[in-house]
Amino acid sequence: MKLAYWMYAGPAHIGTLRVASSFKNVHAIMHAPLGDDYFNVMRSMLERERDFTPVTASIVDRHVLARGSQEKVVETITRKDKEEQPDLILLTPTCTSSILQEDLQNFVNRAATESKSDVILADVNHYRVNELQAADRTLEQIVRFYIEKAKTQNDLATIKTEKPSVNIIGIFTLGFHNHHDCRELKRLLTDLGISINEVIPEGGSIKNLKNLPKAWFNLIPYREVGLMTAKYLEKELNMPFVATTPMGVIDTAICIREIEAILNFTNQSKIDKEPYNFEDYIDQQTRFVSQAAWFSRSIDCQNLTGKKAIVFGDSTHAASMTKILAREMGIRISCAGTYCKHDADWFREQVSGFCDSVLITDDHTKVGDMIARVEPAAIFGTQMERHVGKRLDIPCGVISAPVHIQNFPLGYRPFLGYEGTNQIADLVYNSFTLGMEDHLLEIFGGHDTKQVITKSLSTDSNLTWTIEGLAELNKIPGFVRAKIKRNTEKFARENNISEITIETMYAAKEAVGA
Amino acid sequence: MTATFKKEVNLVFECETGNYHTFCPISCVAWLYQKIEDSFFLVIGTKTCGYFLQNALGVMIFAEPRYAMAELEEGDISAQLNDYKELKRLCLQIKQDRNPSVIVWIGTCTTEIIKMDLEGMAPRLESEIDIPIVVARANGLDYAFTQGEDTVLAAMVNRCPKKDQLTKPLQAVSFIDTDSLQKEKGPKYDSINHDKDLVLFGSLPSTVVTQLNLELQRQDIKVSGWLPSQRYSDLPILDSGVYVCGVNPFLSRTAATLMRRRKCKLIGAPFPIGPDGTRAWVEKICSVFGKQPQGLEQREAEIWKGLEDYLQLVRGKSVFFMGDNLLEVSLARFLIRCGMIVYEIGIPYMDKRFQAAELAFLEKTCHDMNVPMPRIVEKPDNYNQIQRIKELQPDLAITGMAHANPLEARGISTKWSVEFTFAQIHGFTNSRDILELVTRPLRRNNSLEGSLGWTQLVKSTV
Repeated sequence: MKLAYWMYAGPAHIGTLRVASSFKNVHAIMHAPLGDDYFNVMRSMLERERDFTPVTASIVDRHVLARGSQEKVVETITRKDKEEQPDLILLTPTCTSSILQEDLQNFVNRAATESKSDVILADVNHYRVNELQAADRTLEQIVRFYIEKAKTQNDLATIKTEKPSVNIIGIFTLGFHNHHDCRELKRLLTDLGISINEVIPEGGSIKNLKNLPKAWFNLIPYREVGLMTAKYLEKELNMPFVATTPMGVIDTAICIREIEAILNFTNQSKIDKEPYNFEDYIDQQTRFVSQAAWFSRSIDCQNLTGKKAIVFGDSTHAASMTKILAREMGIRISCAGTYCKHDADWFREQVSGFCDSVLITDDHTKVGDMIARVEPAAIFGTQMERHVGKRLDIPCGVISAPVHIQNFPLGYRPFLGYEGTNQIADLVYNSFTLGMEDHLLEIFGGHDTKQVITKSLSTDSNLTWTIEGLAELNKIPGFVRAKIKRNTEKFARENNISEITIETMYAAKEAVGA
Repeated sequence: MTATFKKEVNLVFECETGNYHTFCPISCVAWLYQKIEDSFFLVIGTKTCGYFLQNALGVMIFAEPRYAMAELEEGDISAQLNDYKELKRLCLQIKQDRNPSVIVWIGTCTTEIIKMDLEGMAPRLESEIDIPIVVARANGLDYAFTQGEDTVLAAMVNRCPKKDQLTKPLQAVSFIDTDSLQKEKGPKYDSINHDKDLVLFGSLPSTVVTQLNLELQRQDIKVSGWLPSQRYSDLPILDSGVYVCGVNPFLSRTAATLMRRRKCKLIGAPFPIGPDGTRAWVEKICSVFGKQPQGLEQREAEIWKGLEDYLQLVRGKSVFFMGDNLLEVSLARFLIRCGMIVYEIGIPYMDKRFQAAELAFLEKTCHDMNVPMPRIVEKPDNYNQIQRIKELQPDLAITGMAHANPLEARGISTKWSVEFTFAQIHGFTNSRDILELVTRPLRRNNSLEGSLGWTQLVKSTV
């Protein structure tokens, strides 16, 4: 048992459902007790989804438990098959129902015989993996299922496209700025003359998974989700992949060069063609299109010299951010860390040489303690670090999941590609006090924090509050207390009440509409 | 429309036993830890439970709340670790870090399934670490959303002192000056009610508690205590002869426990929601205490007068309750009295005995207002409900959070049912707040549609 107050990554079934509900026309069935189905709430609220989340909970209650859940699960699957006519139905238990140790594969087999859609069981250990690992695994499982199915049906599209093309793997719902990143990646790849073959899972159709092999290569923007799929496709179909996250000007250039190498390798047979060369593009984008390189050179940023920062997040974003801050902005990283414990080796290797220390933990209190100890000038972390920063009065830029409603801005805010470098530069700029502001603060001894004297509209003071009345007033939350006080006094004056009691307060409230 | 909305003369109950969504009953910790100021809630469950508390309720540990998860890991599930030792370790840590007056263990689906004997372990551990431990099984196998509070209060009944007990709740007195407590409590139990004690049960914010106390005081009835109390060490005395009355419709187990274990006398009344409900509630209590209600009718009339601006917005409008927090019947009754038409009352669980007075009041209200009886659908199937909403096109759907955005996108105004759980809706004083919530989507969408002219924001129809 572990005493837990908060967690960075959710339980496994959340990852599975994120993948399933990202695909078009896939329905997921959760085999779970009432209350475990809050995924629908999260997705509907955070993503502001217009459509009903394609996830149905097949409720396990005392009744179902006593009779065995097979009937209920099979019935729910076949019912959804008729109602929604999905291409695929994916069954997943939760932490809770997985301990019932039922033969869910058997349920699935039975339901499959009665359904038009394909039915599969998400194969995930709910006590050993977290949300991200489960998402990675489920995506691979779905892709494998359809590649194998296409193979047996002999309609796997194995002929490569004429022009260079790519699959983007790992964009999905409730991801950190995933939609914006995807748009930016498409733009970048189009600039390079590479067409987009498939984007999965977000918005992808499982009917098109058999077309995955048509692409020249796969691009995995985030290593948390998609790497397993890419490795499977490499092994099975000999498809190369690029897993360098194009975040920051340097890594974006590295990513483009890796793509270049793959294109030239694939293009070998076509002797007559010129080899691909993206160096001019990289140079042009880095120095002139993206403002980030110039920004960190501009005089405004001189004050970043020697500033200390802390980075914490998922392994992709934390590693990339560490490198950007250290290499591209000249900021000293006192500590870089990730909660992706399963990816610790890779993370250490990536950030080695760019930070003073590394912290691998999924315990937010350790991160908080570290921040308090180091006292950095800025934090780049998750919503939790932002909260810690607020308490310690240290600014924090949010760079990684777990997501929050604020991470679903309506405007365009990618973190990847060249537009992403601008966004990140803005984030860094806004997180530190810079330029003249730094000096002015020194001269005037900090921000003007004098309280604005509360305006009171009650000028005549012939009103008195009884002790009980005052005590009751003090129970009212601070942000509305003044308003309630004013309204109550107004009411008292209008009704010639000179002593305000609890009764007066509530009479005033009741009279508001009268 | 007639296909699904027949004019019924009597209340129709249905049980769809469908796939429906409500929040998990462990959500009750979110308001109970705030209510009982010296408590600590330990939810014994999996990552799934923890992530729910953190996400769906938006309650992070930001305010360093007095609750935590005892997260069950693989070793716990496979029984390789000793539950007792593990819980002892965690509770000792809690005692050291927070020193609460009581630790409430919240059992979950997982502790049910692995048959963890929480009730067996608690007394042993309690005497070993010297902190009272209350065990509540707020699991989703047996309960829905607000019923979590019911399980906690039912468990707390057993910790309330009896009259002949001089001490306060078990062991909670160690550091409190007992003499002063007695002095404080002393006068509460004689005075005006003449040896008839009244204890109200249901968790309400302290301002609402004050309001309801005042309401009864006006009728010369003194409330001798509330369950839960602001502090665990102030739990009310419960004994045979004590009258008890609930303020929330989801507290049927607590009511049963009060009657069976403490031989209390339950006052079955409609719930004090809306001016009509509050008046009926006060009247019922008055009748039990042999008091003639004073100025109650006039008070109700005044409140209604104050609501007139809102009533103009809702009269003749229709509403559909998908069902979530078990407050549905009381809210529907109030809205019908306001002049609305209720198509359907979805409700996760319907205890017809505990809600008998409320149901009778609903029926009477429908007759008085001359509107058809709503269907009451227990354990509704959300998919079927969406089809019915599509067909009936109600002016307002009161739904769980998962359905609100998709319905809005299809031109149906919605209000989150959870808001009624967290807002102050009880008593005369707060009637306005209910209508403020109900009319908000109507007012807002009216003003948007007037100027924008579109309602459908999805490409294909529903």
